[in-house]
Amino acid sequence: MTEDLRPLTAGSVDADVETLSQADIDIGVHRILEPDGTYDRAAIPDLSDDALCDLYRWMVLQRVVDERATKLQRRGRLGTYASGRGQEASIVGSGFAIDDADRVFPYGREAGTLLIHGLSLRDLLLYWRGIEDASKMEGTNAFGVAISIGSHIPVAAGTAWGMKLNGDDAIAFANLGDGATSTGAFHEGINFAGVIDAPAVFFTQNNQYAISLSFDGQTAADTVAQKALGYGLDAIRVDGNDVLAVYEAVTAARERALAGDPVLVEAVTYRRAAHTTSDDPNRYRDEEEVEDWAQRDPLERYREFLKSEGLYEDIDEDEVRDEVDEMFDEAVDAADDFAEREVSEIFEYLHAETPPELHRQLEEFEELLERRPDMYDYIEQRPKG
Amino acid sequence: MQATIVEAINDAMHEEMGNDDRTLVFGEDVAESGGVFRATEGLQDEFGGERVLDTPLSEIGIVGAAIGLATYGFRPIAEIQFSGFLPPAFDQLVTNASRIRWRTRGELTAPMTVRTPYGAGVRALEHHSESLEAAYAHVPGLKVAVPSTPHDAKGMLISAVRDPDPVLFMEPKHVYRSFRGEVPEGTYTEPLGKAAVRAEGEDVTVVAWGAMMHKTREAVDALDDVDVELIDLRSISPLDRETVVESVKKTGRCVVVHEAPKTGGFAGELIATINDEALMYLEAPVERVTGFDVPVPLLAMEDFYIPQPPRIEEAIRETVTY
Repeated sequence: MTEDLRPLTAGSVDADVETLSQADIDIGVHRILEPDGTYDRAAIPDLSDDALCDLYRWMVLQRVVDERATKLQRRGRLGTYASGRGQEASIVGSGFAIDDADRVFPYGREAGTLLIHGLSLRDLLLYWRGIEDASKMEGTNAFGVAISIGSHIPVAAGTAWGMKLNGDDAIAFANLGDGATSTGAFHEGINFAGVIDAPAVFFTQNNQYAISLSFDGQTAADTVAQKALGYGLDAIRVDGNDVLAVYEAVTAARERALAGDPVLVEAVTYRRAAHTTSDDPNRYRDEEEVEDWAQRDPLERYREFLKSEGLYEDIDEDEVRDEVDEMFDEAVDAADDFAEREVSEIFEYLHAETPPELHRQLEEFEELLERRPDMYDYIEQRPKG
Repeated sequence: MQATIVEAINDAMHEEMGNDDRTLVFGEDVAESGGVFRATEGLQDEFGGERVLDTPLSEIGIVGAAIGLATYGFRPIAEIQFSGFLPPAFDQLVTNASRIRWRTRGELTAPMTVRTPYGAGVRALEHHSESLEAAYAHVPGLKVAVPSTPHDAKGMLISAVRDPDPVLFMEPKHVYRSFRGEVPEGTYTEPLGKAAVRAEGEDVTVVAWGAMMHKTREAVDALDDVDVELIDLRSISPLDRETVVESVKKTGRCVVVHEAPKTGGFAGELIATINDEALMYLEAPVERVTGFDVPVPLLAMEDFYIPQPPRIEEAIRETVTY
């Protein structure tokens, strides 16, 4: 050996070494209703006429709720709100495909899914008003909204594991966005689910943006579906603006998951509204793109389908909107009537048995509030937002 | 029976898995191999592969899955192989486990235990020696338990598994096998949130936990002219303020010993508590003996980092002669 222990200089080879790339895998998109309105009648899922009409009503409800909640926020009567505008087919199609026994792990934009599964509109509004009681998710089997992106995915895997151990006929259904698929929790969660054969469906609404970052900036992967393949999970890529295709894809995914094969569904869609009411999307995306996706509006596409099937004549569009408006008005009144919370509320529920120190902190604070009632005035007058 | 701490922990899991079939044990290398410290040895043989499971290398996945199971009615015991690998899962502890009861107004709860060997002194690799108990104790809703004896290790672990809320169970691996103690057969519990007075004394209160209990005991034994009241904190959160404060009111002096870095360490919280509740009883400033504000050094220097009995002796002597 010479004294010179430096490594050899890297060179180049001209041998024929095969490399694999994602482009080698052809990932198709499952679609039933073409954007131009055509479809193959034989491909329509086996749903009753009523169910087909319900899908439309739920999408209208999702849209109206988003519109009205956004307006409420503008008037200072709701906190920050995340709209699902443009994603109605993904939200409603998936919500329709899952069962009440399934546990939903929401990420915030899927009001319709939760409403389909029993959450009251009042509680939805209370949640966005920042009232903790709404996180009970009463009437629906849901974990609560994952605001920390991706954090619910390993939890969903764990719940699915429990469902499998119990022999329950149910799945964990996690809603997530494309941004979540960049987090560590996503990768650990789906890998874990794959290893334990968890009955879980990871429903990714690839709405092209995570706040301001476009999908191209989010990942070098061509699709979210391919990420799942890397972990041995099955994947379905579906047109997220085609409610029938989403319904069918999630139904199929659910069946596979029940058999012990977790599935990731990537619904390709577009967030037509802002990330939340605190965001201004005009800063990061151009009108042309927004307009382009507006042409692929899920409600319009489905309306054309219902017309072709002769079902739209059973739907009075104005009446549906009026009904939703009325429901919304009632929900706002009910939310307004919701009893004001006491300050003790923030000290309760943390532990099964509240420790003495926490009792003491509450007592000290209550004494202060009694001595200094101007605390209430101060809080009342503090600039909001 | 006589057992080491790690044997007592193993015994506790055998007991509780036998008592409650909703109890699962999982983590890296816990099933087939019985754990790198043999803490889970024999569990898979007795309870099967469905309840004792090797997971992928995946701290976020392990703790996240424990939350999913716990909120679904199970009693998971998840192992994080070394506490130095817990930080990735800190997100799950903070974001989900510790607050799920509060957030859902009691609809969902996370009765889960995360076991993790912690602390320096076993000549391990980097990231195998941390003691970040103060950081975890800072998370509202998360209990943090640190036993120092085989008896407590078994009884407190059974309490942790039965606790209706999440418990981080930090095991002082430096003393996993260094001595044996009496461990009752069968099921028994030791409460969480309750300190133990290991020796009664009049001159000074000395508070320690985990492996530092044993270093402190050595120091106290060497100081035969000082009458020390020795408190084993056992739970960092919830904190048994009363036992500490009452003792300090009696002795008027206090020394806190911990292995974790000084700044932001749990000694600071104890000193603040003493200031709040026993300031007028103090005859000397409360002293603390801690690790330094540096990462735990690799094995060549780690013994200098760990508070050793001579340092502890000095602090106690300075406090009583102040």
